[in-house]
Amino acid sequence: MTATAHEPTTHEAIVRPVDWRAPISFIVFALVGFFAFGVNGPSTDVVFSWAAKGTPSVLPDLTVNARALGFVIGGLMFAITALTFWLALTRRKISAWIVVGFALLFLIGLLGWVGAGGRVPIVYLLTGAIAFSVPVVLGALAGAMGERAGVTNIAIEGQLLMGAFTAAFVGTITGNLIIAMFAGMISGSLIGALLAVFSVKYHVDQIIVGVVVNVLVAGITSFVHSSMMTRDEQAYNYPGTLPAIRIPLLSEIPVIGPVLFNQRITTYLMFALVIFVTVLLYKTRTGLRLRAVGEHPLAADTVGINVNRTRFWVVTLSGLIAGLGGVALSIGSVGGFIREMSAGQGYIALACVILGRWNPLAATAAAFLFGFSKQFGVWAAQAGAAIPTDFINMIPYIVTLIAVGGFVGRSIAPAAINKPYVKS
Amino acid sequence: MTETTKAPAEPRETGTLQLALREIFGASFTRTVLAIVIGFVVGAVLIIITNEEFLASVGYFFQRPSDALGAAWNAVYTGYSSLFTGSIFNSSADTFGAAIRPFTETLRFAAPLILAGLGIALSFKVGLFNIGGLGQMLVAIAGASWVSFAVPMPTALHMLVAMAVGVLAAMVWGGIVGLLKAATGAHEVIVTIMMNYIALYAVSYAMRAGFLHSPDAGTNPKTPPPLETAQYPALLGDSYRLHLGFIVAVLGVVLYWWLMERSSLGFRLRAVGENPSAAATSGMKVSTLYIITMALSAMFVGFAGVNQVLGGSVGLTASADSGIGFDAITVALLGGGNAIGIFFAGLLFGAMKAGGPAMQIAGVSPEVLVVVQGVIVLFIAAPPLVRAIFRLPKSVENGPIAQKFSRTKKGGE
Repeated sequence: MTATAHEPTTHEAIVRPVDWRAPISFIVFALVGFFAFGVNGPSTDVVFSWAAKGTPSVLPDLTVNARALGFVIGGLMFAITALTFWLALTRRKISAWIVVGFALLFLIGLLGWVGAGGRVPIVYLLTGAIAFSVPVVLGALAGAMGERAGVTNIAIEGQLLMGAFTAAFVGTITGNLIIAMFAGMISGSLIGALLAVFSVKYHVDQIIVGVVVNVLVAGITSFVHSSMMTRDEQAYNYPGTLPAIRIPLLSEIPVIGPVLFNQRITTYLMFALVIFVTVLLYKTRTGLRLRAVGEHPLAADTVGINVNRTRFWVVTLSGLIAGLGGVALSIGSVGGFIREMSAGQGYIALACVILGRWNPLAATAAAFLFGFSKQFGVWAAQAGAAIPTDFINMIPYIVTLIAVGGFVGRSIAPAAINKPYVKS
Repeated sequence: MTETTKAPAEPRETGTLQLALREIFGASFTRTVLAIVIGFVVGAVLIIITNEEFLASVGYFFQRPSDALGAAWNAVYTGYSSLFTGSIFNSSADTFGAAIRPFTETLRFAAPLILAGLGIALSFKVGLFNIGGLGQMLVAIAGASWVSFAVPMPTALHMLVAMAVGVLAAMVWGGIVGLLKAATGAHEVIVTIMMNYIALYAVSYAMRAGFLHSPDAGTNPKTPPPLETAQYPALLGDSYRLHLGFIVAVLGVVLYWWLMERSSLGFRLRAVGENPSAAATSGMKVSTLYIITMALSAMFVGFAGVNQVLGGSVGLTASADSGIGFDAITVALLGGGNAIGIFFAGLLFGAMKAGGPAMQIAGVSPEVLVVVQGVIVLFIAAPPLVRAIFRLPKSVENGPIAQKFSRTKKGGE
């Protein structure tokens, strides 16, 4: 080695160390896929069925050998893993699309493995997945807005629960589900306002207020549920469900039609809100201000943005979206309020926000993953899968753990998150 | 660069949490009492507005207001007096022994709340937010339960081994959270929530079909009952259900006090809580201390889990934590992070659990107590609000958090 004097020796120190986390996570999944679905896979046929209930099947069923499919999937996953090793070695970024593609492959392998010797009803799986996703997606959208403005919204759980409760209660009393929907949304935003008052105005730690607000909402709704609703279901908790609206023509498209265009108004609103929130955050002046408040409140204040007022309204108005998520839980699904029916989905929504790195579109994708795995669990139990449903139900949480722990790389939160802004 | 990517946590965030907690933990006695009063007043309002007789008499309130007021008073009196009878002293009992039985029940219910509250408070003190009480308790329940029914041993030894296994399981489960935070910077709130669900499903499976399953339960998730050799002995004879668990809780309080106030480890933990950057500068291994913190926090929570197993003589289901994992957060906040405070906060919440069934019998839904708890902690957590409502003077020492923030700002952020 003849190092010349020109070569700066400090150069080496600047080189980023090779990040092995992603390739290592990939190879674990590739090995699981290859051996479970391929080597040890069942050698029976699996039928991927595109038929929907009520509409004639247009696409022919796809029949493949489950084990052969497992080998193909495993091979492809190894190929992607090799690619990520190369990317990691050359210190290049592993794009989100590689992760998505890899996940999809694993998913297809899993479907083939569970459905071996039977059918994989694609439309049924997707429809159910969307139904399960709606509250989580809406919660995640509200969470993303709040966090972008610098407020950690742990209270999404409470907003979902309150929205569900209010929608069921008001729906029963007024007999009008549209009024119930708006009531649910407003109740969600009131909870948001409560969080905002304490965290923005009184500077109480946002996580603490959030947790306490959740306790409070759980208490109030459970109390009214047990002291009024269970006493007289007909009078207080019998709202019915929002009707499914079939969109003409579009709903005739095979697979996509029955999945996307024969849904309740809450689901359509969810899709609209995903677009709305994304555009709002990235394409409008309001969104720029909102993000500025979350990233650098002092700078935002200097240019004349009222930081605390912005935060208050962002949290309060995003509560409308989380409240709608609650509406989807009660009158948008089971038609009635069940005690603590949000069952942690607000926390999951928050995890989706982090998983999606504070981007509403990515957070939505993460929420769909949760919805899909939930539906997958339901189907796998019916199909008599070899793995117990408890383990299938565990998948999204393990995936989130892996993701938070480095699979998707270190996530960078908005800089001023959970930091009260005090004008000095 | 290696150093920055491996930096354990964002100091800014732990810093603000710590400031907020210092404010909450510095709550004066007056403020705590006032928060409790507000809590019960809000609870009373809820009881009134859902009371059938009251709702019926509101319609003609202006003709005969006494009806509505009487109904309101009756509803609240029935509710709260039955809470008292069910948790403190039953004056209608024949003997004194029977009359104080409710209080022993309060102590019994308080034990796991105190233990879990100590665990959560410990994590708060170090600036970490452990919401993983549920998971840590379940793992402890699994460990202790397995030893208690599957591994026969002599009397006292069996109990101790079951305790040790349960607590160790919880410490490992909690330690993983600390490890993930230290190694990858993953936020402990998300990690603990995810670990809760993983524990819930794993333990449910073990109870349904795995090593914890009781053959008598068919396909239901349930464990066999613990062997008698492992059960906590009764403290006051067989006519009371109070057991050794309460003594364990008292010992836990002492241990927590010694650990946090007297030991050198406690000093380091508090130093990290006060200011992680300063602690790191002075040579403390902050990431290691995070792992230790989570393991210790889970240790106390684990004792609460063990209490659920050995404190009874029946098999358990996956809901055996009875919400204590989450209640512990409110206990820790109300208790102000110090051992004695948590002890009394645990007693208060234990009384609410013990008195619940009596309220139910009296026709008032005990869920109202959850609201009471929530309101109490909300007001403890919001000192300026309580001060504003009761026109309390600003105390300099526990000044509003706003001052502290502006002070740190000027101090050179």
